Amino acid sequence: MTKHTKAVVMDATAVERALTRVAHEVLESNKGAEGLAFVGIVTRGAVLAQRLAERIREIEGAEVPVGTLDISFYRDDLATRFNPEVRRTDLPFDLSGRCVVLVDDVLFTGRTIRAAMDALMDYGRPSCIRLAVLVDRGHRELPIRADFVGKNVPTSSRERVKVHLAETDGEEAVVIYGDEEGDE
Amino acid sequence: MALLLRGGRVIDPAVGLDEVCDVLIRDGVIVEVGTGLTMPKGEEVDCTGRIVLPGLVDVHTHLREPGREDEETVASGTRAAARGGFTAVCPMANTEPVADEGAAIRYLVEKAETEGAVRVYPIGAITVKQEGRALAEIGDMVEEGAVAFSDDGRPVADSGMMRLAMDYTKRFDVPIVSHCEDGGLVGKGVVNEGVISTRLGLPGWPAAGEETAVARDIRIAELTGCRLHVAHVSTAGSVRLVGEAKARGVNVTCEVTPHHLFLTEDDITDAYDANFKMNPPLRTAEDAAALFAGLRDGVIDCIATDHAPHAPHEKALEFELAPFGTTGLETALALVTTNLVATGKASWGDVATWMAHGPRAALGLPEMRIEAGQIADLTIVDPDESWEVGAEGFVSKSRNCAFLGHKLTGRASDVLIGGYFALRSGKVVV
Amino acid sequence: MLSSKHILSMDDLNSDDIARILETAESFAEVNERRIKKLPTLRGLTIVNLFLEPSTRTRMSFEIAAKRLSADGVNFTASSSATVKGESLRDTAATLSAMNCDLVIVRHKYAGAPRMLTEMMDCPIVNGGDGLHQHPTQALLDLYTMKRALGHLEGLKVGIVGDISHSRVAGSLIPALRKVGATPIVIAPPTLLPSRPDVLGAEVAWDLDEVLPELDVAYMLRIQMERADGMPFPSLREYARLYGMNAARMARMKPEAIVMHPGPMNRGVEISADVADSERSFVLAQVESGVAVRMAVMYLLLGGGDSGVAA
Repeated sequence: MTKHTKAVVMDATAVERALTRVAHEVLESNKGAEGLAFVGIVTRGAVLAQRLAERIREIEGAEVPVGTLDISFYRDDLATRFNPEVRRTDLPFDLSGRCVVLVDDVLFTGRTIRAAMDALMDYGRPSCIRLAVLVDRGHRELPIRADFVGKNVPTSSRERVKVHLAETDGEEAVVIYGDEEGDE
Repeated sequence: MALLLRGGRVIDPAVGLDEVCDVLIRDGVIVEVGTGLTMPKGEEVDCTGRIVLPGLVDVHTHLREPGREDEETVASGTRAAARGGFTAVCPMANTEPVADEGAAIRYLVEKAETEGAVRVYPIGAITVKQEGRALAEIGDMVEEGAVAFSDDGRPVADSGMMRLAMDYTKRFDVPIVSHCEDGGLVGKGVVNEGVISTRLGLPGWPAAGEETAVARDIRIAELTGCRLHVAHVSTAGSVRLVGEAKARGVNVTCEVTPHHLFLTEDDITDAYDANFKMNPPLRTAEDAAALFAGLRDGVIDCIATDHAPHAPHEKALEFELAPFGTTGLETALALVTTNLVATGKASWGDVATWMAHGPRAALGLPEMRIEAGQIADLTIVDPDESWEVGAEGFVSKSRNCAFLGHKLTGRASDVLIGGYFALRSGKVVV
Repeated sequence: MLSSKHILSMDDLNSDDIARILETAESFAEVNERRIKKLPTLRGLTIVNLFLEPSTRTRMSFEIAAKRLSADGVNFTASSSATVKGESLRDTAATLSAMNCDLVIVRHKYAGAPRMLTEMMDCPIVNGGDGLHQHPTQALLDLYTMKRALGHLEGLKVGIVGDISHSRVAGSLIPALRKVGATPIVIAPPTLLPSRPDVLGAEVAWDLDEVLPELDVAYMLRIQMERADGMPFPSLREYARLYGMNAARMARMKPEAIVMHPGPMNRGVEISADVADSERSFVLAQVESGVAVRMAVMYLLLGGGDSGVAA
């Protein structure tokens, strides 16, 4: 399967600026850091959630708890795309009364977020759930929208969008690849 | 009526015969054996390319009648025998009811006369109902035609009873055929104790369980002077015991089955196929090699099938629950030709010894030699016919064959009994 | 996905499969500790417990596992004797097949029965214990428990003590330990050993006290007095003296070594009451891990293909 790069839509600097802006928007919308929690969807969503929490520590000096969520068991596409790589869910705080900001790298059909919300609900009852993504590439199949978006990237559904992060991929970039199986 | 078998390779080690020649038969008796024979009138059968042997006999068969006619009958079993090239069979007594009295023997003899395709020499039970507690009416059964006695299916567990039976039977000059199994050592064993029993988690049937019983029966035969024929020897140790006994002059004979010669415990895989469940069980490769050596050296007198037909729903049970046994009448000869003659390990003369003369001598059945004056019981074999076991079904009512799917070379084409065809060009004559 | 469609014996699992099952089980263990112990993962699937030999604990463990994955766990218990009284195994299999079951877990008195089911049914079959042959999910949960307790599996020396010849637990645990690089040692009097323990792949010892100091795990098997073919040793008292795990023996083991037992325990025979209740006994941990491991097995067998879950 050859990936052929169509375009680099965000470089390292662009990613950093987008995250900073998102962190500010979260604080603005919540009127501060009180009652927040970031829950990142593994794997890259979790990295981004960690970075957002760091930004907020820098900006406001506040500690926002961070958790990771693995939604493998809540997916609706087990029959067609079985991926038994199971990672861990770790929510080291009580969800009730918190406003949980779900964090993911790419928002596409919306099915991952639907599964994430189901999973979150089985862990407790957050007072509200917001969604922050680094990239929104369109093509929603469910009525789901992001509250905080790093960048809107129009794509054809057959393209793949990959977010590369230093912690997971050794480099920082958002890349569109051409004509292979769709991203999610 | 005259019948001329022309141009077959006629083989009989008992008369030193191995040549392409003709056999002339009149009124069921061999009149002449030689080349370029003629007859004024009669039927000629072209035997070119085929082997003519003295009629084969299976001294260990289960015909299941009376009682389990769904599995086999005298009619179907003897037809299967004919298809397999046999001219006679000795059916065992473990029917339902057990053949433990003269009337039961007479029933079989009469059934065979009207419905049997081959000769039938019944074997009667040693003890009443084969329960091992009371002696059966041996004398009465001999009168009605029983040629030997056996509780086969089971051993005679009590040594005292076996001694009594041998002491009593010896005056009739017929052999006791012993199923050698020490119940205490064998327990619920269903496969050879060893590698396979461990790996498959099945109760084991140790070789020692057969050998202790063989040793016991040999000693009692020696003590009483009764003729002993050991059924289905399966271990190297048993072969050794019989060999030593013969060397000492004990009147003992024994038989081996094709499945013990040509299959081993390694053929039982985790498919748990109950067609491989036999009693005694399939043993190790070393045992199989010792069995062949025993045949070759004359320690083992003959090959017998232990043809054991079973209903499909019973063989389809869990391995430990399924009944023991495989069918064998239709495959025995072909297995020997494929595995021994075609590979050069044995000659056609050996086949005659192991499947015709040996069995008759062991059980004291009428001898048959290919020479003038002898009754025309003959087996004609096509040595080159290739066939697959079970591909066209079986003549037997039952299909539980351990060799299902095997491709064999060699098959009986004709069987003559008293000069009449029981099998003609591969078809059983009804 | 696992390398085999069925889990009939440890032969069906390679070391990658085992690693995957144990890893997946960790996630399920976490779910089992929260209030809502349910995941929608296998919603709508039918999982049948075909238990033709009595068992409460194992059956419950599988049932709970199925229900926690939102599958419909159904119990089918029947006489395991295929005589006139009961339906034959083949007919039972045909019946279940006609009901479109998605997974069948079978426990049976006779070895080879799970294999028979694979020939009669289309769905995956899991062996819950067949005769004296194998009990693979027990071995898996045992490995999971050991890994959690001791941090690793490779290099462990595990002594399996008891009636090895009649233990399907041992039949699976021995090859399982070898696949993960551990060393199984069977410890029993000769009368309780199978004819060829070398075939299973374990070292053999007749003397427990001699090997005790080397063991990382002492795995005690239940001693059955109710054996039909008679007691293969003189008395329970003698057995307990020579092969029972008691406080004195436990003290002679390595300090980190643990004691395990597949249950149910004969307190006072193969394991003394004080050892059973001590902190070094991981018997309850085994039970706990049983549900998580069985959830992992179900998840990995049923994911993929037409499992019918809505896309």
